[in-house]
Amino acid sequence: MAKLSREASHEVRFRLNGRNVTAQAPARMLLTDLLRHVLGETGTHVGCEHGVCGACTVQLDGEPVRACLMLAAQAEGADIRTVEGLELAPGALSPLQAAFREHFALQCGFCTAGILMSLDALLERAPDASEETIREHLSGHLCRCTGYTPIVKAALAAQAQLKEEAANA
Amino acid sequence: MTINPSAGRWTGRSVPRVEDAALLSGRARFVDDLPTAAGTLYAAIVRSPHGHADIRSIDVADAMKSAGVAAVVTGDDIRRLTRSMTVGVKADVECWPIATDRVRYVGEPVAVVVAADRYLAEDAAEKVAVDYAVLPAVVEPVAALSGDAPVLHPSLGGNLINERRFSYGDPDGAFASAAHRIGIDVTYPRNSCTPIETYGVVASYDPGEDAYDILANFQGPFSIHAVVARALNVPGNRMRLRTPPSSGGSYGIKQGVFPYMILMGVAARIAGRPVKWIEDRLEHLAASVSATNRVTRLEAAVEPDGRITALSWDQIEDCGAHLRAPEPATLYRMHGNMTGAYAIDNLAIRNRVVLTNKTPTGLNRGFGGPQIYFPLERLMQRIARELGLDPLAVIRRNLVPAGSFPYRTASGALLDSGDYQAALDRAVEEGGLDELTRRRDEARAEGRLYGIGLAAVVEPSVSNMGYITTVLTPGQRANAGPKNGAQATATIAIDPLGAVSVKVASVPQGQGHRTVLSQVVADGLGLDPAAIAVVADVDTGRDAWSIASGNYSSRFAPAVAGAAKLAADRLRAKLAEVAAGQLNVAAADVDFSGGRALSRSNPDNSVSFARVAAAAHWAPGTLPGSVDQTIRETVFWTPEQLDAPNAEDEVNSSLCHGFIFDFCGVEIDRRTGEVRIDRYVTMHDCGTILHPAMVDGQVRGGFAQALGAALLEEFAYGADGSFRSGTLADYLIPTVMEVPDPVILHYESPSPFTPLGAKGVGEGNCMSTPACIANAVADAIGADDLVLPLSPSRIAGLLAGEEPQPKVTPKPAEKAAPGGGRKLTGEGSADVAASREDVWRMLLDPATLSAIIPGSHGVEKVSDTRFTADVTLGVGPVKGRYKADIELSDLDEPNGVTLTGRTVGALGSGEGSGRVTLEDLGGGRTRIAYSYEAAIGGKVASVGGRLLDGAARVVIGQFFKALATHAGGGRAGAGNMPGAGLFARLRALIGGGR
Repeated sequence: MAKLSREASHEVRFRLNGRNVTAQAPARMLLTDLLRHVLGETGTHVGCEHGVCGACTVQLDGEPVRACLMLAAQAEGADIRTVEGLELAPGALSPLQAAFREHFALQCGFCTAGILMSLDALLERAPDASEETIREHLSGHLCRCTGYTPIVKAALAAQAQLKEEAANA
Repeated sequence: MTINPSAGRWTGRSVPRVEDAALLSGRARFVDDLPTAAGTLYAAIVRSPHGHADIRSIDVADAMKSAGVAAVVTGDDIRRLTRSMTVGVKADVECWPIATDRVRYVGEPVAVVVAADRYLAEDAAEKVAVDYAVLPAVVEPVAALSGDAPVLHPSLGGNLINERRFSYGDPDGAFASAAHRIGIDVTYPRNSCTPIETYGVVASYDPGEDAYDILANFQGPFSIHAVVARALNVPGNRMRLRTPPSSGGSYGIKQGVFPYMILMGVAARIAGRPVKWIEDRLEHLAASVSATNRVTRLEAAVEPDGRITALSWDQIEDCGAHLRAPEPATLYRMHGNMTGAYAIDNLAIRNRVVLTNKTPTGLNRGFGGPQIYFPLERLMQRIARELGLDPLAVIRRNLVPAGSFPYRTASGALLDSGDYQAALDRAVEEGGLDELTRRRDEARAEGRLYGIGLAAVVEPSVSNMGYITTVLTPGQRANAGPKNGAQATATIAIDPLGAVSVKVASVPQGQGHRTVLSQVVADGLGLDPAAIAVVADVDTGRDAWSIASGNYSSRFAPAVAGAAKLAADRLRAKLAEVAAGQLNVAAADVDFSGGRALSRSNPDNSVSFARVAAAAHWAPGTLPGSVDQTIRETVFWTPEQLDAPNAEDEVNSSLCHGFIFDFCGVEIDRRTGEVRIDRYVTMHDCGTILHPAMVDGQVRGGFAQALGAALLEEFAYGADGSFRSGTLADYLIPTVMEVPDPVILHYESPSPFTPLGAKGVGEGNCMSTPACIANAVADAIGADDLVLPLSPSRIAGLLAGEEPQPKVTPKPAEKAAPGGGRKLTGEGSADVAASREDVWRMLLDPATLSAIIPGSHGVEKVSDTRFTADVTLGVGPVKGRYKADIELSDLDEPNGVTLTGRTVGALGSGEGSGRVTLEDLGGGRTRIAYSYEAAIGGKVASVGGRLLDGAARVVIGQFFKALATHAGGGRAGAGNMPGAGLFARLRALIGGGR
């Protein structure tokens, strides 16, 4: 990677939700600010900017990461997926998203994007994850509205649905 | 309990939420997501690091020169361009949204820097130099009342800003004749429901019209609109307030964004451009808004059978540094139902409101409920214990009798409906209280700590906008004119194609208002909810609204949804007349169902809803004479039961009163003091349920927040006013690992006072759960006095009892840090490959020091024994630039020197001293040994101790490594090197820095 200078903006190229993007970002710009305010993908939310609340979680090369703790420049060459990339088609919710709606697993929806990205990554990597594992992954997220129970239910329901789809595929 | 919705009705069913598709796919629009005008500037706020200090001067020159800066706004500008915010009591005190001459809490705004982007604004904010003269602080409400306490507002002459006494019935007589007088003292802590989305404001100003346009994720009440317009010195119609379509949770907290509307409005006016500000989490925790903390003495006059004949409350309410609107509402919101769920005829209340060096308080879910139900329900358990009665029997003995509703309480509330006994009996049976008792017996037989707690609560909703005037004397109220009511509004519009839109001023933050309104209006007009579009955000320039608009006091289901029903009913009646003409039947024969208007007697005779609905657009001449139009119907509804407080200070403070009965079993780990909830049962009577899943969602969410308040959360302050809960690593919010799933039960007693029979439900568990859990903990460990949060360390302390006296007299305890800040001590040593003389020279040479101090921006020698240093110091998320002033004394060249230093930076302050000695190791090597003690305050002090100590160790290590390298090799880091971020910089001059 080229040496970045403090003053100048630098070109950052990466894949975002399946398409190639190129953007200009000052060296110190956070990834959240690049996604939200430069690229206009405002579905990723910022709750604490110190890595505790989990609202800003996105997938970087398939792994959930806190976008508020990353610099935009660190996205160079990466494959990034945000909540905007979850729908199967515009207006068609993924099984995980649909399960959230069915189980009332969100209220204000501000923390939801991060939770979806963590669960989506987990269910992709560990389709048979136990409820305990799911809870452990959810424990990296703060939700102030739901009391979490419906989120766990939605995750388990989505898992069952995905497994059924896989079996029928 | 199974809830069977009425056949054929949408209301009462758990339909999917219309809000969710957008929220789940990233398309929802929160305040920071909305487009801004080209040229919009961004604000960063310089805040006080001190709990209490006079501002000697603010130097903005460097900040103004910083890249991209358009303006720096200070208290002088705000004084010049606005008026003090309205204060809700008669008192000689001003209330500004920014410090003017004195700071009174950590985090109080001192300057607003406006720049081209947020990064540049924050750069410049670091360059605003504020010279503070630190004052002694007072953070405890009882201490604030003492004669020698530091006074926050000299014009008040003390920290007591309001006191009122109330007497209802004959409390003195009841206490005099009672068999028992049983009391409890409670110190209720500060906490907040902390939404995950922080505050956001975008403001602009049009000098041509002298008008402000402000977008904010404000939640109401819109009585605050009047406060902001008055402060900005414009008529209400020149202060257009808009809210975004989505808001990331509020729970009351986003009421507190309003001072920032004023600040950003003025910033936009001065900068001549729109200004946007998004609060960060550190700002939010330190300085957004908090629930009140309260010190309460509650006594009951009790008969031998447990019947309570009188209550006496003595409440000291801590509203923080300023009495900000609508405070002291927290203290008066429950005024009508200070007797809780009980029939108690005699009541005495003494209310004092005090100001302390903490963040000003405001709305927070439960608003005043937790502060009264904790003492009241803890007292019920205490009564049972002292009289040897079953706690459940004591509750039963005192509940408001079935069949007595609507029931007028001693202080004037009109409890609308309920059957508390039946709800309680059902909860006991369906929730399995007997089984929990068996589990307790078994656990105790095995020597485990297990307890059961109970709590019965009346949950008020739909606040009377006049209740707050109970803080005024009847004479003051008479002068000011009566205040009462709770105007709710809803508009239903029909467009030329017959499509129906609903508009309310309710500002939801996740409660699903749009979904419920589509159900209610669908029922009213015989449509599918999917056919109805609902807008719930507010634009005061265009929408119907009033002071009670907004989302608070659980008013949506009883008031706003009710107003929508009334609007639908009104429209339906008119449309029936139109349809009657089209169908050639009587209006009374017209029904609306399945998207059609039809004859009840001959359903085949029908016409599409759109055809009827659009007639007023396309063919107004065809409307019957009795119908003016069917295009738009706006209803304002205020319940007649909400009178102003009367001359006897009786007030029906809320329209609706739900009933909650909770019980739980908890087990406590004897070793760690950790509380595990075995089972939590919560019974709710919230009247008619409009959407069962959302009601349960409200219960679960409130329960989780209350669990946090009971076990984890506290805004903690040092004695100097330093804030110690400054990050989400310090202010602990429950995660999925801590929150059990409560057993939720329902009992429906429709409210006779609301259009749909619904009552509020969102706040009840915040009122009941902390007391219920504390009662269980008290039952488990036999403790009388419990202070929230019931953290493991607190409970372990109660379990362990008094520490045994040590056999060897310990060293005298170190005295507290000056001013009560965080105290740090440390010592260590390092060996360097240089002679003592060389090291001595290096340590006293500014150029050398500047080169080896990590983060140094320069060290200057003021005199032979005085230096100043400018360093950037970062610990965890808290990073700031500091100026340090260091004095050398006891110089013993080349053996040792004492350093004494003071520092002030944006993030905190500190002072300390240290002794450094140089020992000749032979062979040109020197051992530098040091010991220091230091105290730090301000934001840095709010960083967790582990972080501080660890960071200090790293910083000191870095310094010695650099020193050793500079001296030509050697080895650093011998000995332990704990220390402080602050001292690190102090240490800079001799050994430390960064």
